[in-house]
Amino acid sequence: MATLTISRLFKRFGSVEVLKGIDLEAKTGEFVALVGPSGCGKSTLLAMIAGLEGVSEGEIRIDGTLVNSVAPKDRDIAMVFQSYALYPTMTARQNMTFGMESRGVAKAEQDAAIKRVAALLQIEALLNRKPGQLSGGQRQRVAMGRALVRDPKLFLFDEPLSNLDAKLRVDMRTEIKKLHLRVGKTTIYVTHDQIEAMTLASRIAVMHQGSIQQFDEPQAVYDRPANMFVAGFMGSPSMNFIPGELAKADGRPAVAIETTGGEKVALPLARPPQTWPANGKVVLGVRPEHLFRYDPGLKSQKAGLAMLTAPVEVVEPTGAETHAVLKIGDKEIVGRFDPDEAPRLGELLPLGIDMAHACLFDPESQALIRQGAA
Amino acid sequence: MVDATLDLAVDPHARAAGLRHALGRTAIYAFLGFFAIIYLLPLFVVVANSFRDLPEITQNGLIALPRSFSLKAWDQAWSHYCVAGTCEGIQRSFYNSLIMTIPATIISTLLGAINGYVLSKWRFPGSETLFACMTLGVFMPGQIALLPWAFILGLIGLSNTIYGLIFVHVIQGLSFTTLFCRNYYVSIPDDLIKAARIDGAGFWRIFWKIVVPLSPPILIVTVIWQFTGIWNEYLFGVVFTGGRQQPITAALVALQTGQMNAHPYDIASCAVLIGAIPPLLIYFFGGKYFVRGLTQGAIK
Repeated sequence: MATLTISRLFKRFGSVEVLKGIDLEAKTGEFVALVGPSGCGKSTLLAMIAGLEGVSEGEIRIDGTLVNSVAPKDRDIAMVFQSYALYPTMTARQNMTFGMESRGVAKAEQDAAIKRVAALLQIEALLNRKPGQLSGGQRQRVAMGRALVRDPKLFLFDEPLSNLDAKLRVDMRTEIKKLHLRVGKTTIYVTHDQIEAMTLASRIAVMHQGSIQQFDEPQAVYDRPANMFVAGFMGSPSMNFIPGELAKADGRPAVAIETTGGEKVALPLARPPQTWPANGKVVLGVRPEHLFRYDPGLKSQKAGLAMLTAPVEVVEPTGAETHAVLKIGDKEIVGRFDPDEAPRLGELLPLGIDMAHACLFDPESQALIRQGAA
Repeated sequence: MVDATLDLAVDPHARAAGLRHALGRTAIYAFLGFFAIIYLLPLFVVVANSFRDLPEITQNGLIALPRSFSLKAWDQAWSHYCVAGTCEGIQRSFYNSLIMTIPATIISTLLGAINGYVLSKWRFPGSETLFACMTLGVFMPGQIALLPWAFILGLIGLSNTIYGLIFVHVIQGLSFTTLFCRNYYVSIPDDLIKAARIDGAGFWRIFWKIVVPLSPPILIVTVIWQFTGIWNEYLFGVVFTGGRQQPITAALVALQTGQMNAHPYDIASCAVLIGAIPPLLIYFFGGKYFVRGLTQGAIK
């Protein structure tokens, strides 16, 4: 089993700094997702772990051994590519044995490995076909099979699902999760899809502009995003940001925001902020699912509840839930509602906000303002 | 709602359009046929003359329908006719050309493939500049290189040898073969090479196991290009070799110009046709790949 440790890693192409001091670690058997928008450097980072890109500065260690200048083939890794990168002139079986042949693995051992992996991925019937005769999902399986047969220390995935159609992508996502549970290999998984990262990873590294914004467990990243970038990137529809000011209401800390009518409403905070910005200005971050139709009966059941009214601008039913665009001040926010109590177009909605799940950000540094216990 | 009825059995507009189409097609085929005849006429004349008796040719003229039939000229041209003082027909120069063209084609194609592989998949600082410099060779007329080549061939002791010509053709052909292969290999996804590197394959294993199996279209194009180019090349052949070392192009010219008495139209026709057979065969068997290879896009 294997660990990966990356410290102060830099990558420069000429004067362009693509990675700016990455620190990352994956423990044995861990599934780490690198997620971020295109151009954030996540694929470059993966290529450096694989040894396909050189290191400008910093260290990459696999199992404690420095591998900065070790060739890809000697790092004992396997990689699944976005394009699958199956060798077009070889059959699925030859694709999977190519790596073992290169390493001089005995024929009997190769056959045993193929048999084991083909059964695992249910591709026995496809072994004699060439990639051109396989569907997208089948190619994906063969590409994973090629990685699995070698029993490497580290699995690297580079956006493996992004070439599949939506339905297949969800199925394969589950397959990968099952596979990881069964095989238990240390895995680094690059994706731009935050849902893939959330569903698969044991820890997520959110990347932006060449640095890691937050590296934590999925639920922690979702509930307590380190800054406004992470908050906006993770979750769909994204978190709503409402500008406001810290104030006191009934002796308790609150956020005062301006409603569409121009009046100020103080929303009591469920947990007091640990730091107080000098000018008192903050950004209130509320996820769409923490907005709901206010009902006076709820107040007694739910702690940390705030209420205001907001006009409904757009209503978008999706079936399972209804999204509505509401107006607070001059800001549009999105809420997710149960279809039974969905807002109606043009309605002035009594809006409840679950303040226990709300976040506060510093508008200057965009960083999360930590809140204490309730 | 609209109720539409067709009350005419034949639509006059459709009929006129059909007629115009037929006329247009006829005109196009007539035009193409006319040019095809013009292009094929010289071949017909040469083929016809190769089977006619010389007296009959001189009597009825070069361009005339054959009135005699004889295979004598073929035998003469192949093994008896005197060219530049030796009376063994053109067979020696034919073999010379084969001995020169086949290795030169294989070596220059192979080197071009390796060059193209390096320049597209193992780029290094300056590799693009190097490629640009190599491509310049494509635009360089052969006569510019005549004197330097004469000097070099003398220096390495390959003057007036077929090996010397092989060497010259390999080097002269490299810019073409490199250009062809490099541009084709650029369309092979880099991920394939990366996957193979992770799979533990090195430079040569990736070349032989991954790149070469994807290469038949471009290798066929390159082989056709090199084979016909080297076979038909005249300047280097006539300048760097003489007598029994000459390739067929030089021998054909010697055969045409070296005559004191009546011009042997029949034998000359046979010799020209013999000299044209190898490139024709290459086109015949590889032609469809040639067109396909030139137009083929990325490998998916």
